[in-house]
Amino acid sequence: MKKGKIIRTAGPLVVASDCLGAKMYDMVKIGDIGLIGEIIELKEDRAFIQVYEDTTGIGPGEPVELTGKPLSVELGPGLISSVFDGIQRPLDVIKEKEGDFVKRGIEVPPLNREKKWDFKPFVKKGQKVEEGDFLGEVEETPLIKHRIMVPSGKNGTVSEIKKGEMLIEEVAAVIKNEENEHKIRLFQVWSIRKNRLVKKREMPEIPLVTGQRVLDTLFPLAKGGTACVPGPFGSGKTVVQHQLAKWSDAQIIVFVACGERGNEVADLLLSFPELKDPSTGRPLMERTVIIANTSNMPVAAREASIYTGMTIAEYFRDMGYSVALMADSSSRWAEALREISGRMEEMPGEEGYPAYLASRIAEFYERAGKVICLGSDNREGALSVIGAVSPPGGDLSDPVVQSTLKVVKVFWALDDKLANMRHFPAINWLNSYSLYAESIKDYWDKEIAEDFSEIRQEAMKLLEKESELQEIARLVGVESLSDQDRLVLESSKSIREDFLHQNAFHPQDTYTSLRNQYLMLRTIIHFHNSGLKALKEGINLENVLKSEIREKIAKMKFLEGKGDDPDVLDLFIEINNVFKELLKKKG
Amino acid sequence: MHKEYLTVTNIVGPLVIVEKIVDVKYGELVEIASPGGQLRRGTVLDVSTERAVVQVFEGTTGLDIDKSSIRFLGGSQTLAVSEEIVGRIFDGSGNPKDGGPKIIAKKRRDINGSPINPQARDYPSEFIQTGISSIDGMNSLVRGQKLPIFSGSGLPHARIAAQIARQSKVLGKKEKFAVVFGAMGITFEEANFFIEDFRDTGALERSVIFLNLANEPPIERIATPRLALTCAEFLAFDLDMHVLVVLVDYTFYAEALREISAARKEIPGRRGYPGYLYTDLASMYERAGRIKDKPGSITYIPILTMPEDDKTHPIADLTGYITEGQIMLSRELHRKGIYPPIDVLPSLSRLKDKGIGEGKTREDHADVLNQLFACYASGKEARELALILGEAALSDMDKIYMEFAEKYEDKFVRQGEHESRSITDTLDIGWDLLRLVPKGELKRIRPEFLDKYYSIEK
Ligand SMILES: Nc1ncnc2c1ncn2[C@@H]1O[C@H](COP(=O)(O)OP(=O)(O)OP(=O)(O)O)[C@@H](O)[C@H]1O
Ligand SMILES: [Mg+2]
Repeated sequence: MKKGKIIRTAGPLVVASDCLGAKMYDMVKIGDIGLIGEIIELKEDRAFIQVYEDTTGIGPGEPVELTGKPLSVELGPGLISSVFDGIQRPLDVIKEKEGDFVKRGIEVPPLNREKKWDFKPFVKKGQKVEEGDFLGEVEETPLIKHRIMVPSGKNGTVSEIKKGEMLIEEVAAVIKNEENEHKIRLFQVWSIRKNRLVKKREMPEIPLVTGQRVLDTLFPLAKGGTACVPGPFGSGKTVVQHQLAKWSDAQIIVFVACGERGNEVADLLLSFPELKDPSTGRPLMERTVIIANTSNMPVAAREASIYTGMTIAEYFRDMGYSVALMADSSSRWAEALREISGRMEEMPGEEGYPAYLASRIAEFYERAGKVICLGSDNREGALSVIGAVSPPGGDLSDPVVQSTLKVVKVFWALDDKLANMRHFPAINWLNSYSLYAESIKDYWDKEIAEDFSEIRQEAMKLLEKESELQEIARLVGVESLSDQDRLVLESSKSIREDFLHQNAFHPQDTYTSLRNQYLMLRTIIHFHNSGLKALKEGINLENVLKSEIREKIAKMKFLEGKGDDPDVLDLFIEINNVFKELLKKKG
Repeated sequence: MHKEYLTVTNIVGPLVIVEKIVDVKYGELVEIASPGGQLRRGTVLDVSTERAVVQVFEGTTGLDIDKSSIRFLGGSQTLAVSEEIVGRIFDGSGNPKDGGPKIIAKKRRDINGSPINPQARDYPSEFIQTGISSIDGMNSLVRGQKLPIFSGSGLPHARIAAQIARQSKVLGKKEKFAVVFGAMGITFEEANFFIEDFRDTGALERSVIFLNLANEPPIERIATPRLALTCAEFLAFDLDMHVLVVLVDYTFYAEALREISAARKEIPGRRGYPGYLYTDLASMYERAGRIKDKPGSITYIPILTMPEDDKTHPIADLTGYITEGQIMLSRELHRKGIYPPIDVLPSLSRLKDKGIGEGKTREDHADVLNQLFACYASGKEARELALILGEAALSDMDKIYMEFAEKYEDKFVRQGEHESRSITDTLDIGWDLLRLVPKGELKRIRPEFLDKYYSIEK
């Protein structure tokens, strides 16, 4: 193999000479211990290399091995339930080999080479297949059938097909055409910097149901859509992302913990095997892949980690699954980019970030989407992407936030003030938006209830109105508002506290089905409208507000709702009765 | 023998540039002899075939280009550790400062440590009772957590940290425990306050102290916290102790880092701090934690003073992004004469949820704290409203909340410097306050707990 020579080491950046012939984004092995790096710039015979491990002890004169191959991931059975570092090294294997602390220069294959999988073929000898077609499957977990696909760019006639127990490196099928013969194993290798191909892209219009009321009802994300969650520290980005990983109705979750806390990864690892997937009752870990490159792990590997995660997510999408990828936090990825760029002495753009920051962010989110996958069956797949952003001081003018907002369609604005008041999720209902609300409307009104979008609209209007009225009240006092307006204040407070507020750590409150979200909100709105009517009939506000119903409304979220919650349904009728009673009394 | 170089060509701030070098490695430890023969240490920050940039820990005062000589020692800076280290006081570079002998190394540890494999981490969930209501009740600390104190100049963070070190215990347990204290750029008086407090309570024998004071070389501060944490890791994961690490003041640490960055002419980030400040701080803060199948733990309380009490200042901001919450001190409460002046609203403990509740503290803990937060927040809002519109404009409910806020600060937050409240006492005080508010307003509390606790008087 060709070798270059190190001429400079500066933290995560190494410069080597004698590298003629090396290609951009090729993987290299650095120094006598063989640290992994990637070429990110070429100048004459010099290669600038970002190194995915700590470079202490590496110096000029040491060799750089040019592998000639791009930095890639392995895609095949064994991905699910794994925890990888930023360049797909399995952390459990590293722990077994090296102990509790991550050491350098460890070489371990991403996927288990010794494990046997039961391969069930779908095709017969002599059958014609094209790229993306299923050759067969293995049951990776009880939740996930892992389809073995014809790699992109290949097609022909099946000349050999196996069945039964095999290792991932064994040949499962052979495909022949005029030019050549392809041996297909249970796994394939794909460069992390390259999108996986699809046949066609489509518009996302089915909601990704998360069980989080403020998200699903007010600011929904569509399957195959993109969202960002910016907010200052402690405002709830990670909790939102964890809630989505736990409860969203995607079939596969790829969670990228990018430059954040080790204990948050430990939290996922501890809780996921115990939590049950709401639709199947199986442990959540059986549908999850975790990429963990925590803040104290090498900074360059943080840059790679989101691409590693994205490529794995695309691979499952290609099988026709609905996949959701969470990246917490994209700001740490951007900072890694900035650090390397700084060491290369590139001309800095805004806040020291390289000028290509915005295009990198756009490229990343563009890998999301609802698609028609490769393969003759024209199956659909979806990849939704949710990125947390951690702007300095929570300031949304930060270049990472701004570049992200230009591409994503859903903005969940976390608000420091709400977080301080422990109103969680601290998503500001006035600033946040979802551009999918329009396209999802049909789904809601057909699948959930015909007046879903109407009720939602009413709730949003009340919240708008509340903020106007509060402005007035601040100037002249609440006393000067009309009874109608004061009822608006009370009802919107009820929307905030009894509906939008949702405690992620409460066993019942943590998840609400879309149907129950509708029932809850309908009840609150119904109370409001009945109240308005009563005021018109001359009943005074105190009597409307005194009703015990209001306490029951506040407790709706603690009900154990599966299917239509009978207690919430009853509440609706009770409201009617109470107001009838009020009118009668007045006579 | 290591080769000696007399090829210094530049001295810039804390950096020395050496040329015509052979076989030098990144991160290598360096010994620099000044013209007077005095020895200093440093480390290689950037190395190319022709030259190396060396950061000198003790600063470059007195070095010259002509006669200063440099030796590259191979390997990086280490700390000698053994059981003997407990009870000792060191300077900011790890040399004994208490007149005692040098530590005979059982092991030498690289002070930069290695990242804990996330897969090896055990999630911290053991409640630590500090005896301080506004921490235990509202922002509970657990073993293995990193929870900084965000202070301001003149605020009593030292007294609070000492109180935590003095009173902390895990309910129902007696275990080996130690305190590691590190001073970065603070004054003699402040450091001495800690040492005397440890001495008075007998904690000194269970402590290891690293001191880099205000008049000592700023660049040494880069090493001080790493020495302290390396020591803590040894105590926790080799000797199975529960270690509380207190490091003060990270503001001075970050300033030292900025000085190096400026000397290297790096592109500055916000307020001149280098762009890698986040990563640099994380490499220390993340050393707190627990490891599966190991009995010991590192609980970490870094202290920083926010310039102008601004929590969006990069040091506080980046710290908050890494640590598991923060204890925020308030000048307003301090002015009101309330000790400890902990502002619970912007304070946060992210690990509290798994450390509290039935079997750990008390079944109603989570609900009570959520409700106290909500009521106090409403009270403070009402107080602001009263300032603008006058108290007459407040609704009856607003008035109740305003009174709640006053009483909350006075009864719940305020306590003695030597008063250690049990968690049950803390929660009972909480209920006493909640009774000021009508039951129907207490929406954050589950009905069964309201029934059980609301009506019974203490
Ligand atoms: N939905 C929720 N229900 C209950 N508590 C919540 C909720 N969301 C956030 N919290 C509380 O807020 C704390 C901080 O949330 P989180 O860790 O998600 O913040 P973050 O925005 O990710 O911060 P950082 O940027 O520092 O990582 C949590 O530890 C939890 O106590
Ligand atoms: Mg977070």
